[in-house]
Amino acid sequence: MSDQVVHALYDDDDVLLSAVKTIRAEKHEIDEVYTPFPVHGLDKALGLADTRIAIMAFIYGCIGLAVAITMMNFIMIEDWPQNIGGKPSFSYLENMPAFVPIMFEMTVFFAAHLMVITFYMRSKLWPFKKAENPNPLTTDDKFLVAITVHDNEKALTSLLKKSGAIDITVVEKSE
Amino acid sequence: MYTFPNKLRIFAITLMVVGFLGLTYGFLTAPHSVEEAKAMVADAHGDGHGNEHSAAPAEAHATTDAHATEDHAAASQESAHDDASHDEHLYHQLSNKPWAALYVAAFFFFMISLGVLAFYAIQRAAQAGWSPVLYRVMEGITAYLLPGGLIVIVILALSGFHFNHLFIWMDPEVVAHDPLIAGKTGFLNLPFFMIRAFIFLTGWSLYRYFSRKFSLAQDEATDISNHKKNFRISAAFLVFYIVTESIMSWDWVMSIDPHWFSTLFGWYVFASMFVTGITVIALVTIYLKSKGYLEFVNDSHIHDLGKFMFGISIFWTYLWFSQFMLIWYSNIPEEVTYFITRIEDYNLPFFGMLVMNFIFPILVLMNSDYKRINYFIVMAGIVIVLGHYMDVFNMIMPSAVGDQWFIGVAEIGGFLFFLGLFLFIVFTELTKAPLLAKGDPYMGESERFHY
Repeated sequence: MSDQVVHALYDDDDVLLSAVKTIRAEKHEIDEVYTPFPVHGLDKALGLADTRIAIMAFIYGCIGLAVAITMMNFIMIEDWPQNIGGKPSFSYLENMPAFVPIMFEMTVFFAAHLMVITFYMRSKLWPFKKAENPNPLTTDDKFLVAITVHDNEKALTSLLKKSGAIDITVVEKSE
Repeated sequence: MYTFPNKLRIFAITLMVVGFLGLTYGFLTAPHSVEEAKAMVADAHGDGHGNEHSAAPAEAHATTDAHATEDHAAASQESAHDDASHDEHLYHQLSNKPWAALYVAAFFFFMISLGVLAFYAIQRAAQAGWSPVLYRVMEGITAYLLPGGLIVIVILALSGFHFNHLFIWMDPEVVAHDPLIAGKTGFLNLPFFMIRAFIFLTGWSLYRYFSRKFSLAQDEATDISNHKKNFRISAAFLVFYIVTESIMSWDWVMSIDPHWFSTLFGWYVFASMFVTGITVIALVTIYLKSKGYLEFVNDSHIHDLGKFMFGISIFWTYLWFSQFMLIWYSNIPEEVTYFITRIEDYNLPFFGMLVMNFIFPILVLMNSDYKRINYFIVMAGIVIVLGHYMDVFNMIMPSAVGDQWFIGVAEIGGFLFFLGLFLFIVFTELTKAPLLAKGDPYMGESERFHY
């Protein structure tokens, strides 16, 4: 295994996108791309698998809905039956319209918060974590492509130069 | 250029003929006297079809028992005083039935073209970059606005001349004995009502006429002055539209129930026409694409229409529920009767419509990939269109025919007749101009649009 990485810097997302396509067409393996904002179509260009967060969002929403129903049923019907708008029928179903806003809010709440937490976990992000991006410019307006070198430094740098990189550096891997 | 395929033309004409026969049958079999009406209802209870009919209310009692008995108390108080004139009432309901079937279908298809016109104006005013490839489809659908609107106005005028009793406030006899309606005569009187209807339709048609004219002129133009004019009139139209649409829905739909009112009714009808309109744009687009036209429309455009169908379906449900919950919660007798009639006598269409307009589209269209598959859009689209027909049905029928509703020959005939007329006018209009509004400054962006 090589322990050298090429860092190519780009200053435009369209150039980056076409560069990623050429690099992959030349059969080089891209380790990671760091961008200051989500680049439309980059996931497809990198050949990343489709996100499954939508499926989780649906499941989280269902959990939220179930929690809301159970909670309201316990609070308002079983534990301390409430007179809802002059309809003390002591049945969840018949008082359901009153609970719909809560059911809706809990669905959204669970889906949103659990989705964010899932995203952080999948991205291995947590408070006080040391930043992984190798160049602080990628938090401003530059894009960085990282490629591991396999005894092909020359070919790789010339390809990257041709693809529109504004700066190419070869660094030792940090670990 | 698109040519109207003969097969489709014959299909549209067949629908109109069949629908016309159905409507004629409905009118011919309507009772002409109180005795006939009584005999008809007695007959219906005798045969098997009566059982079928009573199945829905029975179900209602099972699911909403305590609530329903309470509702019963309220309802029976109401019905007690008109018991004496019950037969007379029944006769009016039955003779209203074919008229109501005609009106529901006429209004429904008119509403589609008005919804599309609003959607079109929004695209123009927002200078949308994704949708210009669909402009000609939208313009084709809005061609139905004027004829459809005229038919609705003719039905309203016929009601004003007492050919039917859809709008009871038009009957001076009723107003004389009803202080609530009498208090509203400043707004609900026939001349003002017809003047309003005339102003609304004129305004909408003028916008439609000029925006179409500028759109066609832009095709050959060397500058974008027509596009700019279209932008300006669209913004102005949207202001006019949201005011007139609201008043139109009070006039043409809500005033059928002159005692009842809801402050968000205009929005509610708007949501209904908007989602149906967008759905029809998607259906017509997919149809034309399947025939090899609209090659510049890609699945990202369909995806966006799908998102709108999904989103506005939820918006419609939000308004439906907002209207329902406040009235259910406060339980004020003069308001809540509206929903009691619908839950007791219209249980299946009332809750069925909720399944068709909310649960089905939300589940089918939730997945991002499904919104790009024509099959899913068509399936969801047909259910949404029929669901919103049921929505209009639920808005108009309970006050027009009470519990004597039935989706029979007249109702289906009305639907088919206006469907045929709608297809005929829309597809004729599509042949009149190239399907690509090629002069639009955003056309390049729209053609390259991808998600």
